[in-house]
Amino acid sequence: MASLSIDNVCKTYNNGTDVLKGIDIAIDDGQFLILVGPSGCGKSTLLNMIAGLDDISSGDIRIGERRVNDLSPKDRDIAMVFQSYALYPSMSVRQNISFGLEIRKQPKAEIDATVNRVAEMLQITHLLDRKPSQLSGGQRQRVAMGRALARNPSIFLFDEPLSNLDAKLRVEMRTEIKLMHQRLKSTIVYVTHDQIEAMTLGDRIAVMKDGIVQQFGSPQDIYDNPANLFVAGFIGSPSMNFIPATVVESGGQLGVKVCDDHGCVVLPLPHDKAKLAQWVGKDVIFGIRPEQITDARTAHREGLPQMDCHVKVIEPTGPDTLIFVTLNDTKVCCRAHPTEAKRPGDAMQLVFDVSKAVLFDPKTEMRIA
Amino acid sequence: MANKLSIGRLLVYAALALVAVYYLLPLYVMLTTSFKTLDDIRQGNLLSLPQAWNGGAWAKAWASACTGIECGGMKGFFWNSVKMTVPAVLISTMFGAVNGYVVSMWRFRGSDVLFTMLLVGCFIPFQVVLLPMAQLLGYLGIANTTTGLVLVHVIYGTAFTTLFFRNFYVTVPDELVKAGRIDGAGFWTIFFRILLPVSGPIFVVCIIWQFTQIWNDFLFGVVFAAGESQPITVALNNLVNTSTGVKEYNVDMASAIIAALPTLFVYMVAGRYFVRGLTAGAVKG
Amino acid sequence: MSHSSSPAEVRALADAAPAAASRQRLADRWLPRLVLSPTIVMSLVFVYGFIAWTAWLSFTESRLMPRYDWAGLTQYLALFDNERWWTAVANLGLFGGLFILCTLVVGLLLAVLLDQKIRAEGALRAVYLYPMALSFIVTGTAWKWMLNPDMGLQKVLNDWGFANFTFDWLVDPDRAIYTVVIAGVWQSSGFVMALFLAGLRGVDDSIIKAAQVDGASLPTIYRRIVIPSLRPVFFSVLLILSHIAIKSFDLVMALTGGGPGTSSDVPAVFMYQFAFTRGQLGLGAASAMMMLMTIVAVLVPLMYLETRSAKRG
Repeated sequence: MASLSIDNVCKTYNNGTDVLKGIDIAIDDGQFLILVGPSGCGKSTLLNMIAGLDDISSGDIRIGERRVNDLSPKDRDIAMVFQSYALYPSMSVRQNISFGLEIRKQPKAEIDATVNRVAEMLQITHLLDRKPSQLSGGQRQRVAMGRALARNPSIFLFDEPLSNLDAKLRVEMRTEIKLMHQRLKSTIVYVTHDQIEAMTLGDRIAVMKDGIVQQFGSPQDIYDNPANLFVAGFIGSPSMNFIPATVVESGGQLGVKVCDDHGCVVLPLPHDKAKLAQWVGKDVIFGIRPEQITDARTAHREGLPQMDCHVKVIEPTGPDTLIFVTLNDTKVCCRAHPTEAKRPGDAMQLVFDVSKAVLFDPKTEMRIA
Repeated sequence: MANKLSIGRLLVYAALALVAVYYLLPLYVMLTTSFKTLDDIRQGNLLSLPQAWNGGAWAKAWASACTGIECGGMKGFFWNSVKMTVPAVLISTMFGAVNGYVVSMWRFRGSDVLFTMLLVGCFIPFQVVLLPMAQLLGYLGIANTTTGLVLVHVIYGTAFTTLFFRNFYVTVPDELVKAGRIDGAGFWTIFFRILLPVSGPIFVVCIIWQFTQIWNDFLFGVVFAAGESQPITVALNNLVNTSTGVKEYNVDMASAIIAALPTLFVYMVAGRYFVRGLTAGAVKG
Repeated sequence: MSHSSSPAEVRALADAAPAAASRQRLADRWLPRLVLSPTIVMSLVFVYGFIAWTAWLSFTESRLMPRYDWAGLTQYLALFDNERWWTAVANLGLFGGLFILCTLVVGLLLAVLLDQKIRAEGALRAVYLYPMALSFIVTGTAWKWMLNPDMGLQKVLNDWGFANFTFDWLVDPDRAIYTVVIAGVWQSSGFVMALFLAGLRGVDDSIIKAAQVDGASLPTIYRRIVIPSLRPVFFSVLLILSHIAIKSFDLVMALTGGGPGTSSDVPAVFMYQFAFTRGQLGLGAASAMMMLMTIVAVLVPLMYLETRSAKRG
């Protein structure tokens, strides 16, 4: 196992487009790093550069102590699991797993032992003599993992490995990958566009957009303290509500005013008053997650600001019911207990837990408080 | 679209059958004529069956018909064509396979431009290279030899074979190559161990296409080969268009069938791949 | 996975790796270029170089032997002054136009008919396509015999009682070029059928079902929906057929030899005869260049249109 550090890495294509603009990421030995972002954000390019499949335009990538910029993939001591699994179609499962070991000229007996051990671990022993075309999606996924495991590399690279699986299998395999990581304490870099995968799997998440790391931190930190509007909206499902509002001062406290067609309420802001002083009277974007706008029964706490809102649409999900209302002409999603949810057209009392609310500058889209 | 036998469907079948007759007619005429004697040909007509099936014309076509001055039949020229076609097909296919692998899986800066440049070779009328090529072959001392023809066919066939393999390999996920590289395999190991084993169908398509093209070629044959080294198409044309003596239509037809036999045979055993090659070759680029 | 490296090991690895590693990287970088280079050189010399060479020849006085002294447009002027050249050009226009039109119509019709869930489709397709496996020389030989005015189809019809039926186009200077069309269509329309059929099979079934639900009749569906969606196939077919037409040489040589006289001459035959049997290298080169320019003039706009319509979707 090894640590990984990426220092000021840039990638410019021949036609002049910048795909990566100075990436800085470092993780310790045994950490699970997630690269997440919408398609085209450069996350796969970065992974390919770590693997050595793409050239680095500038900057350094180190695996352990070694600077690997000029090493070929073969010499970086990495293994990779691909989105399409990329199993060699003409080889049996056994040959697929042993191919990389053979190329590295390991003794036959050692290879056999490794293949058997890995196959047992992944419960694919009965599949060893089949061809990839005879396997189901989930089985192929396991073989692809087995091929990587057999190599026992310093770093595992995963390129959206679950996105070709159906929803149920995806959740199962997610847990298995996590189990594997806990057991082997391996260093993993994992690319995904799915923020749930990112949250559930990662020790460290790098949220990327337009070739820039928007935020790098632990999952909970990113969820609770998003650095900007993009990260706040990207992480979390349903995503954070962004309500345009004006900062007002009332009763010696700062707050934001939100209105429904029934009336208005001023939501007090928990943030440091001095820091916000310059924003009084100005427009901001008030960010609040759906679970922080709820019914009185779920809220549990007394003394929170509340307001009667006109329910537009409800979406029962089972454990909760999502309630959509309109605040400051913006569609807002709230999460309520199913039995407390009112019907569309009715008014419903909603309780606002503002302790975790955040504010963004509407121009720069950066976090204010 | 009901499957019941309506008038409309009958008409469709009738039309298709009629066209089938039109397509089969020349083959029928060639076959029946080749088994007739000259007297039989004069007495009957084009569509009549031979009065007695006579193989004399076939024997003469194979061994003793006159193509110009020589009278050795088609046999020598048939083997010329074999000796020309087999190496030319194999070499151009090998080139195509490796080239297609490079331009699809190992693209580098400028490789797309180079590929487009190669493709132009599929489109030019070969008349525009005949004169310099004749000079070059003469200079190299391989004018009028089968070796020279093999060279010419390899040179001008490689653009097509490259196109075939490139179009096939772009359908193979390039993650396979990436996986191979990470497993530590190099350029050739990836080609031989990972890609070649899945390239069977495209090899068949490409070999059949090249075989048909090269076997049936006339232009290069007539320009770059003379006398003993002629391929069979040129010999057949000489035989048919020789104006001296009695015109032996039965021998002409037997010779034509001999010239067509290898490609017809390939068409019959591997027609599926043949059609696939035609359509693949048509979707250029 | 208890594998853990001591710092010393790591350093040793770091020291040893670069030499071997850079070799692999160099191989990965240069091998593809190296492997492609023979073909590139071949293409540069034998396609581009030879075209330039032919172009050069066409500006010289070369006759039996190539000469390389500049003679300007002499050969082109001679070519444009040559009546036989204009016969060849006119024949190419006539043959090309008719050949492309007939092949296209026959091929499309066959494809549409074959697309009606025909019982013996496989066999019929095989029958329509087999001429494509034949050499144009074989095709020419067969049709030359069938169109023989004394003993061919004419005699069959005479025997059947149509005593006055004559069919002597093969030896009629005004009609000989049409026999080339007949044989050419016979050879190539099966191929066009295969292309169109592949296109028809690629049409999304649900579009046809939607049209049926909308109440359109089968001919309307084909005319208004299916055939217009074959636009890209039309382009490739046109491309291929015009290419075949301009290059056509074998078929004419085998069927008419350009005759009677020079009445069915085409540019490819003209080029061959002047360059290789009459010892007029310069004139032959000039005619070859004209053929190249014709192909460029036909193919480039077609390809431009095709890529443009592809981009538009």
